[in-house]
Amino acid sequence: MATIAVIPDTKLQCAHCGEDCPDNKIVLENNHFCCEGCKLVYEILNENGLCDYYTLNENPGQSQRITVRKDKFAFLDDKKIQQQLIQFQDDNQTHITFYIPHIHCSSCLWLLENLHRLDAGVQRVTVNFTRKEALVIFRQQETSLRHIAETLTSIGYEPYISLQDLRQKKPRIQRDLVYRLGVAGFCFGNIMLLSFPEYFSNYGYSDEKMNHLFRWLNLSLSLPVFFYSAQVFFRSAWGGLKTGFLNIDVPIVLAIIVTFIRSLTDVFSEQGAGYFDSMTGIVFFMLVGRILQDKTYQGLSFDRDYTAYFPIAVSVLKNGQEVPTALPDIRNNDTLLIHNQELIPADGILVKGNAIIDYSFVTGEAVPVHKATGEIVYAGGKQLEGNIEILTIKEVAQSYLTSLWNREELRAPENKQVSFIHMLSRYFTWVVLSIAVIAATYWWAHDPSRIWPAVTAVLIIACPCALLLAASFTNGHILRILSRRHLYLRNADAIERLATIDHIVFDKTGTLTGKAEATISYEGPILTPEKLMAIGTLAAQSNHPLSKMISSFCGKDERLPVRNFRSIEAKGISGWIEYNFIQLGSAAFIGAENNTSTDGSTVYIKIDGHQAGRFIIRHQYRSGIQSLLQQLQHQYSLSLLSGDNDAESAYLQKIMGPSASLHFAQKPADKLNYVVSLQQQGHRVLMIGDGLNDAGALKQSDIGISLTENSNNFTPASDGILEAAELIRLPRLINTCRNNRRIIIITFIISLLYNFIGLFFAVQGSFSPLTAAILMPASSISIVLLTYGLSEWMNRS
Amino acid sequence: MSVIIILLGASLLVAIFFLAAFIWSVRNGQFEDNFSPAHRVLFETKPAETTCKSGNACTNTNCKSRICQHN
Repeated sequence: MATIAVIPDTKLQCAHCGEDCPDNKIVLENNHFCCEGCKLVYEILNENGLCDYYTLNENPGQSQRITVRKDKFAFLDDKKIQQQLIQFQDDNQTHITFYIPHIHCSSCLWLLENLHRLDAGVQRVTVNFTRKEALVIFRQQETSLRHIAETLTSIGYEPYISLQDLRQKKPRIQRDLVYRLGVAGFCFGNIMLLSFPEYFSNYGYSDEKMNHLFRWLNLSLSLPVFFYSAQVFFRSAWGGLKTGFLNIDVPIVLAIIVTFIRSLTDVFSEQGAGYFDSMTGIVFFMLVGRILQDKTYQGLSFDRDYTAYFPIAVSVLKNGQEVPTALPDIRNNDTLLIHNQELIPADGILVKGNAIIDYSFVTGEAVPVHKATGEIVYAGGKQLEGNIEILTIKEVAQSYLTSLWNREELRAPENKQVSFIHMLSRYFTWVVLSIAVIAATYWWAHDPSRIWPAVTAVLIIACPCALLLAASFTNGHILRILSRRHLYLRNADAIERLATIDHIVFDKTGTLTGKAEATISYEGPILTPEKLMAIGTLAAQSNHPLSKMISSFCGKDERLPVRNFRSIEAKGISGWIEYNFIQLGSAAFIGAENNTSTDGSTVYIKIDGHQAGRFIIRHQYRSGIQSLLQQLQHQYSLSLLSGDNDAESAYLQKIMGPSASLHFAQKPADKLNYVVSLQQQGHRVLMIGDGLNDAGALKQSDIGISLTENSNNFTPASDGILEAAELIRLPRLINTCRNNRRIIIITFIISLLYNFIGLFFAVQGSFSPLTAAILMPASSISIVLLTYGLSEWMNRS
Repeated sequence: MSVIIILLGASLLVAIFFLAAFIWSVRNGQFEDNFSPAHRVLFETKPAETTCKSGNACTNTNCKSRICQHN
């Protein structure tokens, strides 16, 4: 909700959360607090001798200004819900993992793992810091799930339990690749070591019998690499071939198989030691690259749909009783009780209460809407004032908002462009195959006995592993550089797609404008402090968000008498304050001329029948947005899709440039359709948004980036998550992605040089295992170093 | 020369031991969270405070507070 940023007159910091204290009234001993909530947490910790929490880190807490409703976790008493959340239970103990977004420092770790001092029923808490999860083991006879959740909440660590927890288990991280890497590394190292006598056998340092033993040992050590570690590449190549697509893994697998067979025949026919060291080395390095590239951000989730946003249960009224009910069990004609600040989970008819609903996350409208009894309220909105009751008309899965996820476009398998690396590898493969054929025909004419060694050697060299290494290591580095700048991409493909975009679509609310802040200003003849106070007091009578902003701007005096207060829906308010009759509202309500165009909502003032001035409320654009948009419009075509009205269109057109197309009052489906129409015109679209209303467009666009104020917040499914403060550095981030391609090509050219040296020996049929053993690690290691150096250098700050 | 074969066997066994140790540590989840264990060892396990810290003449024997207003 929009509020005014109040400049604190004191610079006191809250001892709990570190935020500025609005006044110095809330004190305990020598500690000041910003709110009663923070003070309460301090008291609880102090009572239990847990004040070390504050000595480990400064102000480790989270502001407690927004209090949590008392019975919020009542649903945890429900056996059915419990069973779906609990991981393990026997007669004595229960295991459950809570996701706690606030976990951020060692104080959190310490406090949570000392939870048994607050609740004796808790046996042990183990925090997984990277996943922000706490595994709680407790005795169900002594405490309950609900009590633990409430204890956690009381000390500022509210567990986040959403509908998604009911549906699916979180995917475990891939350990499989790491095992394969371990085995490959073990075999590679030992084969290297055992190959040394062979390399130097020409110098008379070894004896034949020993060499024989070493060869067989090498062979047996290479088996796990070929049959276990390299399986990843076999599978990927086979998958590509089945769909008729020649990906980069196909030539690599070909080279691995040829190397292995050649080495086997060498050893069995006692002609040489084979290339076991090269083969295992290649597999090892490629696995390292793949793991580096597939690094995932465990704390972030890129696949959230509405289920992660929705609560797990709501209160259903049955015979006047509040019954916590799991969301999937809500049926039509149930009466739901929606508490203050809670989400409406299903479409329904408002039957009781004063509904002021914030749809900004769902529709992008910045100003909350007022609904009267009998009107339809849609799922996804957040109730802002008091409790309301609604009668459901649609089940959760069929609601307006959730139906967006069931659209055909979003269900269809993704048909994204193919990486240029696969194209490059295809040319590369054909070139090397033709070299192999030429070498074969040459030796067929001159010395047929050398066809086999020459052709196999060429095919061993043909392995585009240098290209794969260059690509995977560069991708890995670039992902890391981007994450240092707070852009977290889902995977390496996203880098390439971000590099090639030509059209950027912005959402307005929450993206160009900050989420929380709006500014209010007064225009017109100067008002006396008494008049201002009177206006503020009148505005304080209304719950309308604009009124609230005006009253906190003007101040209010509760002692002033207010008479004949009237509020006219969607128009304005009026009333007598002491001896003045004041009217606040729209131009039509006041009878003022609405001839000036402003970039925001305007509230006109009339005092005793005379028009005084007006308040202008603007949503504050993020600082630096103007220069960002001016910079971007030279390179890309820009669009704006806003769920809001077009009040600020003139201003936006000015800063986004004349060629930008602006669309207002866009529903989520309109946004999605707009992105589709851009793509049909051949544009490659980057969508930047933040709310559920952008979710369809984010998913449909070539690359969708969702903004977040802090990475704990909900973000809709997307290809990347960007911290909001870094949005102004967007051109640089895109540039980093463009460098990615350059670096891959540069390193590839350098690796080609190594290949030429290898080919020089290979076509002559004199490619010795020693040359291979030197060339292979030398090229791999130099490529790894080069990609690292180049990515750091090209993206230095 | 047979000593080399013995040494070879021994070195391979040591290497296999380390491979097994690596696989065990991955399976055990030791690489999943590299923040908590490093900080956990630094926490002192002080005995839970049993007496009033406030310095007031507090009569409540269970009071552990620094700011208590008992008495």
